[in-house]
Amino acid sequence: MSSSKRTATQTQRTAAQSTELLQELVAHLRQNRTQLREEWANRIAEAQLLTAMTKEELFAEATSVYDNYVEALATGTFEALQTYARDLSERIIPRGVETHEVVGIVLLLRDVLARSLFAKYQGDFTMLNRILDAYEPAANRIANTVAVGFVQERERVIRQQQEAIRELSTPVLQVRERLLILPIIGVIDAQRARQLTEQLLRGIRTNRAKVVVIDITGVAAMDATVANHLVQTVEASRLLGATVIVTGLSPEIAQTIVTIGVDLGKMNTVGDLQGGIEQAERLLGYKVIPVAEIVSS
Amino acid sequence: MEVPILKQGRFLIATIQAALSDADLLQLRRALIDKVIHFRSQGVIVDVTALDVMDSFATRTLRDITNVIRLRGADTVIVGIQPEVAFAMVQLGLTMEGVATALDLEEGLAHLQQRTARKT
Amino acid sequence: MPVLQDILVAIRSDADIVVARQRGRALAADIGFTATDTTLIATAISELARNIVSYARHGEVMMRRVETTQKKGMVIIARDSGPGIRSIPDALRDGYSTSGGLGLGLPGVNRLMDEFAIESELQRGTTVTVKMWLK
Repeated sequence: MSSSKRTATQTQRTAAQSTELLQELVAHLRQNRTQLREEWANRIAEAQLLTAMTKEELFAEATSVYDNYVEALATGTFEALQTYARDLSERIIPRGVETHEVVGIVLLLRDVLARSLFAKYQGDFTMLNRILDAYEPAANRIANTVAVGFVQERERVIRQQQEAIRELSTPVLQVRERLLILPIIGVIDAQRARQLTEQLLRGIRTNRAKVVVIDITGVAAMDATVANHLVQTVEASRLLGATVIVTGLSPEIAQTIVTIGVDLGKMNTVGDLQGGIEQAERLLGYKVIPVAEIVSS
Repeated sequence: MEVPILKQGRFLIATIQAALSDADLLQLRRALIDKVIHFRSQGVIVDVTALDVMDSFATRTLRDITNVIRLRGADTVIVGIQPEVAFAMVQLGLTMEGVATALDLEEGLAHLQQRTARKT
Repeated sequence: MPVLQDILVAIRSDADIVVARQRGRALAADIGFTATDTTLIATAISELARNIVSYARHGEVMMRRVETTQKKGMVIIARDSGPGIRSIPDALRDGYSTSGGLGLGLPGVNRLMDEFAIESELQRGTTVTVKMWLK
């Protein structure tokens, strides 16, 4: 028999054996399910992990993790496990469970199962080695799959929360019917500018605004990119049928706008917010009565 | 798919569907001109509420429509541009200067009524 | 069910522009892009597909999800074997806002997407590759 042919046959035999061994392993894990699961739950409690959960919850989750774990070993496919990991993460992240806890419990399960293999095959060192050869790569892949699934879900939640925070911190105010005010304060970067634009446009639609006053009195400086966003906001608002009045334009920012090639004359600007609101009201057909007049009459 | 055009008094209302091809837009242009002439309409509303993307061709064609209809003495107003679409348009650099826009059908009608009242 | 494979749309006529942007929109929504980003992506696809129809007669648009260790997103590759672009710097020069979309619209597509790359050879064709990442 030529050497390459022998290696091929050997590889085939090893693969077949590996599958056989995995099946034997899975049978063992299923047979001893109750006991191994309990051992694992004890180890989790000892390590003080998942303290956010009650005993009942822990037991329920432990059962499904165990079953999914063994199933992944049995089938050699990980899609179901991935889906389960995502679902699990979605459930436990709001409970405050952290990454190290999830990684921790999966590794503990791996240890508990490995120990039980040691115990079973302690009389046959060769067999133990072969079983571990089959078990370890699969067990590591499982740990990886669950951990990565958890982390990805966490990242998604964080992104959502950041979005929500940004929305809360930039309110679009409806002051009168058909009139919106967007006061911008502080430092704006390109991302925040973009978010402001999106919010304003949605606000115009929801409130059916005809006039928008964007007040940038509270903005110290603006680079060309953000100035560009401001101009784009004005243009996009017009597409929704709204007129934009920009108030509180400092000489520096006016200069930046001119520098990016925009004709300030085409932009509706008023010195301060009060003046801007008054002009907006005029545009909307409200009669503007100065406060002094009301008091004296 | 043909764009439906309804007569509402002295105005016409064309309601665009989402999956609008270039051919549909060109057909709309022809149909609007025909109907403006036929009904002696004073104004046209093109409702793009259902349009999920407004690209350079759509913008150019709507401008064309506005100009061609003006030659017949009528005004055009585009209504219902969605916030996301407006955002994409300005990023792409399409501002539709010279084309009247309004928030929705109600605003569009008010706009046309204002414009055509001045004429009489 | 998540879309896993490449999406390939042959572009031969203006009707295919609609198909390309609708399929792109579906993939973008599946990846988890916001409504705004989905519209930006669909608009970019529309412009790129339109260029193929206008200048090369036919080509293809390929779309797929991409993932690095740090981010996830979508890539769109618009390819044609048309006449090619004579001067890429000219094509990318910003005629800006009031032009209303004359010419190839490439500066606009550049603004819409997070990443933009273009290769073109006269008589051989053009390939535009754009990417958008989840924020």
